Amino acid sequence: MKRLLAFALVVVVAFGLIAWTSPGLLNNTKLGLDLKGGFEILYEAQPLTGSGPVDKQSLKKTAESLKERADAQGVAEPEVTTEGKNRIRVKIAGVANEAEVREMLKKPAELQFRSADGCTDPTDYCKVEMVGSDFTEGAAKVEYTSLNTPIVTIKVKDKSKLADVSKRLIGKPLAIYLNDELISDPVVQSELTEGSAQITGQGSIEEAQNLADVINLGALPLKLTEKYTQSVGATLGQKSLEETALAGAIASVVILLFMLIFYRLPGVVASVCLIIFVWILLVAFWLMHVTVTLPGIAAFILGIGIAVDTNIITAERIKDELRNGKSITSAFRSGNKNSFRTVIDAHITNIIAAAVLYFIGQGSVKGFAVVQLASIIINILTNLFLTRYLLHLIVKSGRFNKPSYYGVKESEIRAL
Amino acid sequence: MRYSFRNFDFVKASKGFFIFSIVLTLLGIASLSIFGLNYGIDFQSGSSVDITTSKHVDKTQAEDFFKGESLGEFTFTTGDDRFSVRFKDALDESQQLKLENDFKSKFDDKASFEINIVDVDIAKEQERNALYGMLIACIGIVIYVAIRFEWRFAVSSVIALAHDAFLVITMFSLFRLEVNLPFILAILTIIGYSINDTVVIFDRIRENLRFAKIKGPDDLKELVNTSVRQTLTRSINTVATVLFASLCLFAFGSISIKMFSLAMLFGLFFGAYSSIFIASPLWLMLRKRAKPKKAVKVQSAP
Repeated sequence: MKRLLAFALVVVVAFGLIAWTSPGLLNNTKLGLDLKGGFEILYEAQPLTGSGPVDKQSLKKTAESLKERADAQGVAEPEVTTEGKNRIRVKIAGVANEAEVREMLKKPAELQFRSADGCTDPTDYCKVEMVGSDFTEGAAKVEYTSLNTPIVTIKVKDKSKLADVSKRLIGKPLAIYLNDELISDPVVQSELTEGSAQITGQGSIEEAQNLADVINLGALPLKLTEKYTQSVGATLGQKSLEETALAGAIASVVILLFMLIFYRLPGVVASVCLIIFVWILLVAFWLMHVTVTLPGIAAFILGIGIAVDTNIITAERIKDELRNGKSITSAFRSGNKNSFRTVIDAHITNIIAAAVLYFIGQGSVKGFAVVQLASIIINILTNLFLTRYLLHLIVKSGRFNKPSYYGVKESEIRAL
Repeated sequence: MRYSFRNFDFVKASKGFFIFSIVLTLLGIASLSIFGLNYGIDFQSGSSVDITTSKHVDKTQAEDFFKGESLGEFTFTTGDDRFSVRFKDALDESQQLKLENDFKSKFDDKASFEINIVDVDIAKEQERNALYGMLIACIGIVIYVAIRFEWRFAVSSVIALAHDAFLVITMFSLFRLEVNLPFILAILTIIGYSINDTVVIFDRIRENLRFAKIKGPDDLKELVNTSVRQTLTRSINTVATVLFASLCLFAFGSISIKMFSLAMLFGLFFGAYSSIFIASPLWLMLRKRAKPKKAVKVQSAP
């Protein structure tokens, strides 16, 4: 009786927890761009000037500033990752102003310091003195003068270059351009030997901060070209999600019914564990910040398949032992022992396949592999260990001793 | 329910199935060398544009529209409220925007787009990557099975899984189904399932070997038959459930997941078939040859 109570307690607590947390969990599951609309771009990076290899540091920096740019556009949780030696993958889900964001991302946002040195018209700044890659990335910030007016300071990588330029231009304007747009054209007061320059003339703190941001974003160390883009309309994504969820729901209901009808008591336990399995998997997604995409859902459904298989292997084995004339307790014991090895072998081969995919695959292949790995591991915890524990409670309670509870007919049992 | 097949000789029946599989494989080689695969956007550079409309749009009008956009060569398929256009060239962003806006203003302002643009070297790389992935996964599985069981099991299981993967590729080549990244995912999953199926039967064979008194080849054959029979209910039930899940995805799931589920459907079927009729008899053939040396030695438990 105690054991049955324990069984009931486990089930009630687990289902209570599931019912309590599920709505929040489902709302907090991050959906990928193929399920709610959005776009994914794979960039290939090249140095701004000339060719040559891309160094790891500047690739990382570029990825970071891409992320900042997306953030600045008010995009929720943009995913920006570097891949290989010279690639950056950007995934942005659920944006309303896709065109704008893409534009902003892709623009090299080239920052230039220009002068009118040697130009025919003194207001036409035709000579480029310094370019974005001359400045330290992300070093522009707002400071205050002694009069408490905001100014923007920027740093250069090569002090002597700035010194040369500023020496030549004392008394003349040095214009700051961003994407060919004149931001400001302060007059150089003195030779700048410290490697930093100040931009004055900002009316408010906000204005100064904006300028600093723009300059920081502008100092992209690399040039980007799009190599792969995927863009999904929001309604299309929504439709995919609904259709796939419907398919999953129908499949789940039928699988649970199948388990109940074919395997009776072990089927009940299996169904309970399958539901817990799905819930833990969702929790894992949430904890690991996994973005659920269509390939992820595919792996998820396959995970359910493997979970069902685990239960079937165990239940079949117990049935076999019962048919051979063993008592319930000993059939349960040897059935568990024998099926354990089979299940573990099958799972490890799957883990090998999934791990290879994870390390070699890119993009959606990787997404698939993450879910596959997570579901195999959680499956071992729930459908191998939890099932056994729950079934153990039922068998040991001594109240369910008829072979028919386990899906075995009396006529099938061979006498020992 | 229990599928007994008490007197069915799986090993004997496998002779016919061997021929069947060889014929299918030859057919596959022929089909692949003549027709090749119908590569989708992921493995061929260009642009694919899927448009879902909220109301009916006339097919010929739409085709004229795409011609009018003059974005180069394209192929065109259409469904109820859906157009799939494949441009041979990679569209740039402004072309893409223009296409979207023009279509919206001309036909349906509620139209929803899915656009994929793939550059040629990325396409090649993705294919290569996927192939390497499969190869390395296979090698890993072989090593594991060889360590856990013995090399004969490893050889037979890998032939079976190569057979499964190849036959699914054959099906896609024969029926001209589009091969995209999800297809590769499906092949990899099929490999996982196929090895899973085979491992379950081999595990039974290994277990039965421990207690068996093998006097001649007939005993060995009977042992394989018994092992297949004992695991048959599990094989059928598992495949039935997963097959059903794939079928649901295929029938109700979204377009992007359809090809994946179709590949899975083929793969599950071949996977179950090959573990029973290819892998197990193959192991038997290999084992029989080694009989004089190994007959007396009983497999020890791991």
